[in-house]
Amino acid sequence: MKAENVSPEDLQWVCRKCNRPLEAGTVSVEYMGNQFTTELPTCPGCGFVLISESLALGKMAEVEQILEDK
Amino acid sequence: MDQQQLRALEQRCIQEEAPECTAACPIHVDARAFVGHVARGEWSEAWKVLHKTMPFPGILGRICDAPCRQRCKRIEAGDPIQIGELERACVATPPPRFHVQPLSSKAKTIAVVGSGLSGLTAAWDLARKGYSIRIFEPGTKLGGPLRSIRDRRLPEAALEEELERLSTLDVTVHLSVDVEPADFLEQCISENNAVFLSLENASGRNWDIARDDAGWIIVDPMLHSTRRAGVYGGGRPSMAGLSPVWQAAEGRWAATSIDRFLQKVSLTAGREKDGPYKTRLYTSLEGVAALPRVAAADPESGYSIDEAISEASRCLQCECLECVKVCAYLERFGAYPRKYAREIYNNESIVMGMRQANKLVNSCSLCGLCERVCPEDFAVQDLCLQARRSMVRRGKVPPSAHEFALQDMRFSLSERFRLVRHAPGRTQSAHAFFPGCQLCASSPGQVKRLYRHLMEGLSGGTGLMLGCCGAPAFWAGQEDEFHRVAEEIRQDWEALGRPRLIAACSTCFRMFAEHLPEVPTISLWQLLEENGLPPSFASASHRPLAVHDPCTTRPYPAVQDAVRRLLQRQGIPVEELSLSRDKTECCGFGGLMQNANPDLSREVAARRARTSPLDFLTYCAMCRDSLASVGKRALHLLDLLFPAPDGVEPATRPRPGWSERQENRARLKDSLAMELWGERQPAMQAYERIRLIIAPEVARLIDRRRILDEDIRRVIFAAEESGKVAVHPRTGRIKACHRPYRATIWVEYSPTPEGYVVHTAYSHRMEVMGGPRR
Ligand code: SF4
Ligand code: SF4
Ligand code: SF4
Ligand SMILES: [Zn+2]
Repeated sequence: MKAENVSPEDLQWVCRKCNRPLEAGTVSVEYMGNQFTTELPTCPGCGFVLISESLALGKMAEVEQILEDK
Repeated sequence: MDQQQLRALEQRCIQEEAPECTAACPIHVDARAFVGHVARGEWSEAWKVLHKTMPFPGILGRICDAPCRQRCKRIEAGDPIQIGELERACVATPPPRFHVQPLSSKAKTIAVVGSGLSGLTAAWDLARKGYSIRIFEPGTKLGGPLRSIRDRRLPEAALEEELERLSTLDVTVHLSVDVEPADFLEQCISENNAVFLSLENASGRNWDIARDDAGWIIVDPMLHSTRRAGVYGGGRPSMAGLSPVWQAAEGRWAATSIDRFLQKVSLTAGREKDGPYKTRLYTSLEGVAALPRVAAADPESGYSIDEAISEASRCLQCECLECVKVCAYLERFGAYPRKYAREIYNNESIVMGMRQANKLVNSCSLCGLCERVCPEDFAVQDLCLQARRSMVRRGKVPPSAHEFALQDMRFSLSERFRLVRHAPGRTQSAHAFFPGCQLCASSPGQVKRLYRHLMEGLSGGTGLMLGCCGAPAFWAGQEDEFHRVAEEIRQDWEALGRPRLIAACSTCFRMFAEHLPEVPTISLWQLLEENGLPPSFASASHRPLAVHDPCTTRPYPAVQDAVRRLLQRQGIPVEELSLSRDKTECCGFGGLMQNANPDLSREVAARRARTSPLDFLTYCAMCRDSLASVGKRALHLLDLLFPAPDGVEPATRPRPGWSERQENRARLKDSLAMELWGERQPAMQAYERIRLIIAPEVARLIDRRRILDEDIRRVIFAAEESGKVAVHPRTGRIKACHRPYRATIWVEYSPTPEGYVVHTAYSHRMEVMGGPRR
């Protein structure tokens, strides 16, 4: 999962706590004992990470499937 | 699974056994494949099949006496396939190019005396194995005995063309040789490494070799050895008769013996299938209409192309696949149990790399129909369940396979649903009613009516046990969790003073019968039937219904009988489905198929639904709901015995979604506790008070994604408490997430004065460990 995980639409969202728009940031994710980093929309203030519907049901589900069968 | 278990399983499935035609053919031509190609007009493919096994297709294909016909399965529905005639038609078409590549030279020579079909075959086989062949033919032309065949079927030109192919190999031909003198044989023996005697027309009266009483040279019927070391023989008219294919076969067997003799390996090992043998292949002729053979317009010249194609089209393409025919799951994965056993074995033994068979292992409904229809009792359900258990032990279960169902089970075992009570005002229970989690999820009202009925109708007190039998854990291969559940049920049963359990659900009934043998359990249907409950209401001319037996009742004919008697008593005509009782099909829910492979599960339900145009009548809440979810009109037996007072048409009642199912259970428990035992409902948790506003299409989407309203409430509650949300400045919509178990649930919503409008919800299993703080 690379930078294409961040869509322009994602960056329209604003963190309510920090009142700052989300930015692409490096985030670490984990599944079934596999850890890796990827670019996701995050709040530069508090680190809130947004996962969009299309990412969750698309790319992320694919990677989950691959890791489950590994 | 170890290697040995794998081999035993592979052995059990007979799908790869030879069809009768191949097993009956002395040289085992793959007649099924050949006839298949002919039926499709694939002549050069058909040629190739012959070439693979036949020594000289251009000869044998014209004159084979086709003993395969006598055992062809088609005999049971018409005439046998005319395989010999089809071969003749095939070799009359232009042959494709063949390239024969002999093995490297073995620097050994073999004398072949005579050139009947046995001698030619031995020469052909041995030359291809790298031996130098010397043919000694007493006549003036090679293939002497074949030339005397008066049959017009083998024209001179065709014979020459085929024999020409010997010249591409290391074969020397000596013609007009006087083979009769005694020292001719001695010379052959001393100058060659082995000798083959083609006995079709050579008698060798003067040779020094053992003979039987009738004067024939003694030849071992299997090895084709004579009594002289290194001398083999075949084609003896008293053994091969006038059967061309038998002559060829004898040459072939002798060639095998000679090769092994010269290589100094066992002559006999692994030759059980050298001649015609008994095959274990089973082929059902159910539904096959009888068809006579196609007659050639001109019998002299044989089948025309079109005649051959229509004759070949009668072939049954014999195979077993009994299990695959009745199981959409087995069909979906494209093979059959013998192959699946190997795939599952590989899946388990893999250290690194992809586990291709996870989906295969987890999609089976564990319904056991395969075992019932298999002529060899192959039990795919055992194979899959064992594999799941092994995955659980090794921590290799993909969470997506069963997690949701296990969460749902845990809900049913929690205080939100679980309830164990004697009947109100009683301190003893002769019976305890166990309605099961799915009936309570699907029709809580019926459970209430039924429980009241049982309390009134049975003496000795009828207690109540709300909970789950643990089947989801059993199906998931989670042995520890399943045993914990079973143990809890046993303790609840003890606490009620060991009553007899009344199971409304056939899965609960089976789980108790198989895993809690000390707990006396009766199926609700047997109990009602035995006690004459409810009183007959003899409905006026009810439409006939098709009975769908839940797959978990497969081993319990008494339960199935009781249901039919109950229906009869109410005057309801029933029709039996072609697959019913011990051959019933799963509705698509069993074995957690519904969780691991939702698409397949729908297909299974839809396939079952199509087996009768009648409304279905079943006696499992999950079966009813699965069938209803694919649009089938389906009734639960309780809909007939204890009709809902509101008069809603029960056959079209939609399957309640996952959220509704849990809510139904929780509400059932609370209201029963209140109404019957006067227990106050526990105070609502704060998050439970969150009001959701969900449009129907969003609700359907969320249900398909298996996200519960409960989860959504938790997300919104946590988000509103913590403020950790993203806001869209233009629309004001909010996105927030929460991770209640091994999945993160996201909700996009808008707060309004009336409640929270949910726009969408979705989930992922991957865990976000957090972003960087700057
Ligand atoms: S029914 Fe299925 S498992 Fe049994 S022998 Fe036939 S193909 Fe194999
Ligand atoms: S029906 Fe076809 S496959 Fe079956 S035995 Fe006859 S020729 Fe062979
Ligand atoms: S779904 Fe049923 S019939 Fe099909 S393989 Fe599994 S247990 Fe056998
Ligand atoms: Zn922030």
